[in-house]
Amino acid sequence: MSTTTTPEVVHDEDDALVGNRTKAATTWDGFKVLGIAIRREPWVFTISTLGSVLFGALTVADAWALGWATDEVLVPAFSTGETDGSMLWAVLAVFLGIAILRAVGIVARRVGAGLMQYRMQAHSRREVSRQYLRLPVEWHQRHPTGELLSNVNADVEAAWRPIAPLPMAVGTIAMMVIAVVQMFASDVVLAVVGLTVFPAVIVSNLYFQRLSSPLMTRAQQLRADLSEIAHESFDGAMVVKTLGREPEETARFGRVADELRDVNVRAGRIRAAFDPALAALPNLAVLLVLGVGVARVESGAIDAGAVVTVAYLLTVVAFPIRSIGWLLGNFPASVVGWERIKRVLDATGSMPYGTATSTATGGAHLEVDALAYSYGTGSTEGGDEVGLLREVSFSVAPGRTVALVGATASGKSTLTSLVTRLVDPQAGTVRLDGTDLRDLAAGELARSVAVVPQTAFLFDDTVRGNVTLGLDATDEEVWAALRAAQADGFVAALDHGLDTRLGERGTSLSGGQRQRISLARALVRRPRLLVLDDATSAVDPEVEARILAALRSTAGDGPQPSLLVVAYRKATIGLADEVVHLDRGRIVARGTHEELLAASVEYARLVNAYETAEQEEGR
Amino acid sequence: MSATTSTRAGSTATPRTSTALDTGESLGAFTTIRLGMKHSPELREGLRGTFALAVLASGGEVVVPIAVQQTLDRGLGADGGVDLGFTVLMGLLAAAAIVVTGVASYLMTARLFRAAERGLATLRTKAFRHVHDLPLLTQNTERRGALVARVTSDVDQVSQFLVFGGLLFVVSVGQIAVATVVMAVYSWQLTLVVWLAFAPLFLSLRYFQRKLTEAYGVVRRQVGAMLSAVSEPVVGATVVRSYAVADRTQARIDEAIDRHKAASFRAQGFTAFSFSLGGVSAGLANAGVVVVGILLMPDGWFGTDAMTLGTVIAFAFLVTLFVGPVQMGTQILTDAQNALAGWRRVIGILETPADLTDPGADGEPLPSGPIEVTFDHVGFAYPGGRPVLHDVDLTLAPGSRVAVVGETGSGKSTIAKLLTRLMDPSEGRVLLDGVDLRHVSQADLRRSVVLVPQEGFLFDDTLAANVRYGRTDADEAAIRASADALGLGDWLAGLPRGLDTRVGQRGESLSAGERQLVALIRAHLADPDLLVLDEATSAVDPALEMRIGRALERLMRARTSVTIAHRLSTAEAADEVLVVDHGRVVQRGPHAELAARTGSVYAGLHASWVAQQGRATDRVPSGAGEQG
Repeated sequence: MSTTTTPEVVHDEDDALVGNRTKAATTWDGFKVLGIAIRREPWVFTISTLGSVLFGALTVADAWALGWATDEVLVPAFSTGETDGSMLWAVLAVFLGIAILRAVGIVARRVGAGLMQYRMQAHSRREVSRQYLRLPVEWHQRHPTGELLSNVNADVEAAWRPIAPLPMAVGTIAMMVIAVVQMFASDVVLAVVGLTVFPAVIVSNLYFQRLSSPLMTRAQQLRADLSEIAHESFDGAMVVKTLGREPEETARFGRVADELRDVNVRAGRIRAAFDPALAALPNLAVLLVLGVGVARVESGAIDAGAVVTVAYLLTVVAFPIRSIGWLLGNFPASVVGWERIKRVLDATGSMPYGTATSTATGGAHLEVDALAYSYGTGSTEGGDEVGLLREVSFSVAPGRTVALVGATASGKSTLTSLVTRLVDPQAGTVRLDGTDLRDLAAGELARSVAVVPQTAFLFDDTVRGNVTLGLDATDEEVWAALRAAQADGFVAALDHGLDTRLGERGTSLSGGQRQRISLARALVRRPRLLVLDDATSAVDPEVEARILAALRSTAGDGPQPSLLVVAYRKATIGLADEVVHLDRGRIVARGTHEELLAASVEYARLVNAYETAEQEEGR
Repeated sequence: MSATTSTRAGSTATPRTSTALDTGESLGAFTTIRLGMKHSPELREGLRGTFALAVLASGGEVVVPIAVQQTLDRGLGADGGVDLGFTVLMGLLAAAAIVVTGVASYLMTARLFRAAERGLATLRTKAFRHVHDLPLLTQNTERRGALVARVTSDVDQVSQFLVFGGLLFVVSVGQIAVATVVMAVYSWQLTLVVWLAFAPLFLSLRYFQRKLTEAYGVVRRQVGAMLSAVSEPVVGATVVRSYAVADRTQARIDEAIDRHKAASFRAQGFTAFSFSLGGVSAGLANAGVVVVGILLMPDGWFGTDAMTLGTVIAFAFLVTLFVGPVQMGTQILTDAQNALAGWRRVIGILETPADLTDPGADGEPLPSGPIEVTFDHVGFAYPGGRPVLHDVDLTLAPGSRVAVVGETGSGKSTIAKLLTRLMDPSEGRVLLDGVDLRHVSQADLRRSVVLVPQEGFLFDDTLAANVRYGRTDADEAAIRASADALGLGDWLAGLPRGLDTRVGQRGESLSAGERQLVALIRAHLADPDLLVLDEATSAVDPALEMRIGRALERLMRARTSVTIAHRLSTAEAADEVLVVDHGRVVQRGPHAELAARTGSVYAGLHASWVAQQGRATDRVPSGAGEQG
């Protein structure tokens, strides 16, 4: 494994991107990301910021109150030894009043910050998932599942994490401004001395960002890697278990976990150095203020209250000033998270729909005309264009059954993707009842055509939900569809029948059972064209025969749907009115099964291969 | 723990093939931390030294208040007027103290980070391993996304807490402790005033803690549901598209997102309210200190000689040392609740019994060579479910080729799972060469018995890496030799990139048939003595089908093989056929013999198969007569 694994390929690209990024000002980008949030939630932001400013102003007022109490109450009391009762009440009122108003500010700030953060998270998740739903299938195939899941989860969280400390930071800045004014009001010299501390704290913070942001980026990448490995490994749990590969899988996961650990420890050491430095700066400034203050008092320029006020201001502002650090500290991860989200949001590629609708009933008429399709040059396979389908023309008349037969990579699945418009052709047209699929309005195709893929996907929903997918169908209709798909038996045996929840990706059912649920999903819609892409492959031939029989007979109570099936088994092929033989992207023969058997050696060889194999082995 | 486990499994008498996963929600905070420490011993390493450094670092916080008091009382208020020399000397000493405590703080933080990250990397890897040790049933019923969350975001949450909230906690406790000591030295009365002011907050913390625990429990559950919902448009992209259910899917996602948002916001509200109380307490404390300080001045109503102006002001500074920690304390509590919930879940994984106990080195050895398989009155039922297998009692000769047939749901796949010990029987024993499977070490078992599952899951890596899952140390020559032995050498050579072919996610760059070929090479490399094949039901490209058939034939040579057959042609080729019907082995013997027994289950299966083949082609299917 070690020599052949190349998971780095993906990351190199990201690292290069991030490397360039780090040189640019992450801080500025961080503010830009915040700007998006503020523009989106201006009112919540305003309320929380006002709360925070209120808090900041009252924190400064607190320092003023202490200075006031020193000069007006404490110093006179201690020097004269007399206690003025009314002044004591004033002290109580002033201190408590400030405290209660400050609490109001805090609640407004935090509730607002939370609301804004969760709203933005929800908003981004909606946008990203909308984009996932909008982007063409071809785009999905190019991106690993783990990465897409990370985009909608961890990246969204990282992107909006700075919102939590944002109002606090804005309030702190307001508080700093008020504090500076207050300091200058107390004494110009002391204020200048004290003021050196704010720029020092901010500059230290910026330096800290520069050192730690590459590490934060790397850590986030490693977290995404961990998630990808875990997803894959748990998906393949059966293979891991039956081959006793647990130690190797654990080692694979452990390697990334250890690297993440090392990166975090390195980031931690940087923080360990900066945190005490940031805490020490205001403390040292207070000492300086005390020294200079005493000299100023000695010269008679100011009195003790001014020294107390300035020293106290530096102390109370010191703690919140770190919130600017927290804000900035979240920036690197936020910027990276946002960029990942942006990559999804900015992804181009869409499937434009027309306006045509269909009122036709009965079996649909499918016409495939001079179709060509190939995967683009940008594919991972190195750039040479593989012509997958060329000059493919055939049709399925209403109520008829056409089987697509061909060897692997002959283009059968691509063809089903084209006729169900999961992808659009590069040339040629697919028409349903004479209308180009591209002219049909969104959702129109699905009303007429149902496709059952080889790999069944089940939603995290009940059996009923999985079959109807929101279609207004009665329980009788659902059961009828399940019966036709030969799924009624095992569904009836489930604990809650139709209301049984099927887990994520329906893993509590066997492959064959999943396929049958997926088939019932198609049948309940009474499609006018049913496309089966090897849809009964995981089902016993025995059961498959019953399904096929049911498919032919359900039409008894209505017009027969048209059927396009990708098939290998003769039993399936035998049902078709016409067989289309595909070979390397071209149609090489068309006709009934018997005609093709007689006319084409290739075809006979293909469909008889299984029996041939049996005979050879038997000798 | 044992009590919880047995309740969940229903009964301790039967083997626990539980499908439930311990969510750890029943764990108290203390138990969680104790178990957490047990699973991550690194967290404990050097903890005392870290605490000692934390105490020293906290000392840095009281330097300023003391300096202020000294300045006011001895610098400004000295008997001989203002004493600048003293102030400067004291300032220098204080600066030195700040530098020393800063260094202590650096060391403490760095140590904490190191211990936390090391401990959590261990926890993460352990939990990952344990997920693989869980019974297959649990892995299946539990949502996979949730399992992934346990080893990713849940652990991150704990890590985040330990190095942020946890660090703040250590600093805060140290700060409050040191502040209290200094206060007590100045004036016990004022210390009492300050503590009384903060008392309501400390008392209400318990209430908020309960509320927060509850609220964050809901948040975590909603996160799980939300993640499951947002994964649907990713994992089910094509279905969503072809059924035009984007709107419905979006509506479900939106609902899950909104529920998650509402739960998070509610939790945040509690946090904010409890946080705000810290400031009120501080205001109360400051007012109390000034008022009581005046009452306590030497000439005051309750005069004491020790009370000075400097002391009162020093208290105002010391009170600020309470505010930060107390306010952050509620924040810490929030983070802690969050982290604790995540930690519980990770521990819940580790505390979920792996069910299949591995005897390890104490296991009885399995001799090499074809294995004799014995089912000794074996029965199986899923927990709380109906029995799926009844009293299977038979022996399969070494080197024989056995096919198990039966309708879907007859219990034939259960036989494969029992043979490979993916599950243990509820009754009876499965014996290999006379040794109970439960007494064979996992390492030994996996070497001797290999299951080729129905769906050839591959890892997103090269073909070579995937077949090496069968034997880690296999070199290219060995892989090619295996491919040649199975008659797949030319297929391998025909791939443009050969062994370096990337197979894509879940092997999806290859066709289903090709994935099976890879699985067969993988099994051949593993060279088992007992081969269990869950026959692929997917009909693949006939040319490939032929290859698969040939490769299978060669793979089965000189081994005992049990094939869960979905095609009767497989049964025809077998030495012996076991017919399973409604959980019982109802017939057993060679194909020809069984097929001749009219009216039997097997004869029925055979007749419908022949009819089905006949419908597609006029040719008579290759019959038993041609088989040697």
